[in-house]
Amino acid sequence: MVEQKLKATLITGRTIDQGVGKEMGKGSIEYFESSSVCFMDKADMIQLGIKSGSNVQVSSKYGSVIVKAKKTTRGASPGLVFIPCGLWANAICGDETFGMGMPMFKGFTVEVQAAPNEPVLTLNELLKKEYGR
Amino acid sequence: MTSEVKSVVCPICGCLCDDLEVTVENNEIVKMKNGCSVCEAKMVHGYKSEERILKPMIRKDGELVPVSMDEAVKKAAKILTDAKYPLLFGWSSSTSEAQRIGVELAEELGSALDNCCSVCHGPSVMATQEIGIPASTLGQIRHRADLIVYWACNPWTSHPRHLERYTSFTDGRFEKSEWKSYMQKMKGDASMKKVQAASKRIIGSTIPAMRPDACALNAPPQTMQKEGRKLIVVDVRKTMTADAADYFIQVQPNKDYEIIEALRCLVGDQELDVDTVGGVKVEYLKDVADAMVNCEFGVIFFGLGLTQSAGRFRNIENAIALTRDLNRKTKFVISPMRGHFNVTGANVVFAWSTGYPYALDFSQGYPQYNPGEFTTIDLLRRGDNDATLVISADPGAHFPKAAVQNMMKHPLITINPDMNAISRLGDVVFPTQWCGIECEGTAYRMDHVPIMLRKVVEPPKGILNDEELLKRILAEVRVIKGKNPDTETKAEVKERNKLAPRIEIKQRKKAKKVEVA
Repeated sequence: MVEQKLKATLITGRTIDQGVGKEMGKGSIEYFESSSVCFMDKADMIQLGIKSGSNVQVSSKYGSVIVKAKKTTRGASPGLVFIPCGLWANAICGDETFGMGMPMFKGFTVEVQAAPNEPVLTLNELLKKEYGR
Repeated sequence: MTSEVKSVVCPICGCLCDDLEVTVENNEIVKMKNGCSVCEAKMVHGYKSEERILKPMIRKDGELVPVSMDEAVKKAAKILTDAKYPLLFGWSSSTSEAQRIGVELAEELGSALDNCCSVCHGPSVMATQEIGIPASTLGQIRHRADLIVYWACNPWTSHPRHLERYTSFTDGRFEKSEWKSYMQKMKGDASMKKVQAASKRIIGSTIPAMRPDACALNAPPQTMQKEGRKLIVVDVRKTMTADAADYFIQVQPNKDYEIIEALRCLVGDQELDVDTVGGVKVEYLKDVADAMVNCEFGVIFFGLGLTQSAGRFRNIENAIALTRDLNRKTKFVISPMRGHFNVTGANVVFAWSTGYPYALDFSQGYPQYNPGEFTTIDLLRRGDNDATLVISADPGAHFPKAAVQNMMKHPLITINPDMNAISRLGDVVFPTQWCGIECEGTAYRMDHVPIMLRKVVEPPKGILNDEELLKRILAEVRVIKGKNPDTETKAEVKERNKLAPRIEIKQRKKAKKVEVA
């Protein structure tokens, strides 16, 4: 059965493509394509009724962002979604530190839903939207 | 003119690989050898991309407008001196020489001072202060380690040459490289996939794999009984590094503390009354504990999976305690996988000049240290600071949205070689030289070994390096603060005059004459 929203645990982190992209320049197409994605398990994608490459909205209580869903190649991990660290991931990360200086980058709950008609914002568009510059 | 430069140090990650061979043609790097893909992206393409900032810029009517260096320095110094409590953040991709000037600037301003470890390995630093750390250099690990554990880190993507230079895939004096066995394993897996696909086509069902997947969900693999170096990976995802592992333990998110605690019990010969811990069967943890106790020299490398998930520094503290326990039975060390090439240097320089490694505050005139209070995210969250200087870092792309939004409420000065996310948001945007490409300096490898970065090409005309630029800002700050010559020592005056632009000295002398008259 196709569900509207999927609850999942978000992990952000490095990928080799994101590493190459950030060194090519934050405005580069490599950075955009490698960082504005959300790796999901095949079972989760079936549950949401989406295909690899379609846009999804990932939301937490700190914000929401549109990214491209991709089927993970890193083994089965239902209920776990991965967004490479970068501007898109940070749009949904919280700034609570629990008194330790470290914000929330890993292991918190998010909701994923299909957003086929919403565009993935580029770096400049996202900066404009979030920070007005 | 073409020239080849050997033994170039890579200024990207904490590995600081120092065996790059770079070909320079007409003051441009055209190709290189030995680097990883991330290194090549920066050294051959990224450093000369269109995003490079070539002139200082100031935001006027919402747009960044190129200005002279003098104007930008004056504006930046005015912002910093006008602010009651500025924050100086970044430093991880700067040289240690620049970091030293940064401490001086923070002291002069009475500001907060923090580096990127605040959002990566800050908890590791805290844990080390709590309990100490049994560590060694990467050279020791390369030559001696026969058990390597990567816990919650994925060096295959974040430190691509770590396995090749320091651990499993390198030939040490006493331990041999496991590269050949890894290649055989990969070939075997590829063949098995072909056989499975063929069997599915012919008989309609897949035959089971000969070698069980090296994953805790299945039976323990035979590879744990092999001779030579063993590699264990513990992570929440089956990463690229996990593919290379002899044994992979997949834990549930935020359950690392429990797993470490269970391993401590098993290493201490205690029985566990449960079947699974953190989603992992206890029998698999027993295998890992056996491997750890029976090795001759083991090492745990841990990454942000421990520092950024629930438990934060308590995870690291427990992992260090596990290492301490293991040292009662064998030789074991533990090391954080530091990210930026000189984030370790930032900790070292801050520590030897102030006593504390990060999360510093100079508002009382002397250095104070308190993570959770003076760490950047907490300062921004409370909205304490009223101006920010970001140097060689990109919080625009690596801080949570709310933190950057708070940063944007006040003037923002950025010092970065290229137009990254934070430079796009800055009010005063300085260009700078690429450390390790256009200027030399000291950087500390993740195991605290200082390595001299090399200069490979000349920087674009008129662009200063971090150290020179900070000295100019510091001199300007001192001029604005009108350091009273009567109370200054002769050495201080000499140093100030050396740093201040000549025109300022002349103006000040003139003003003094008028006053006297």
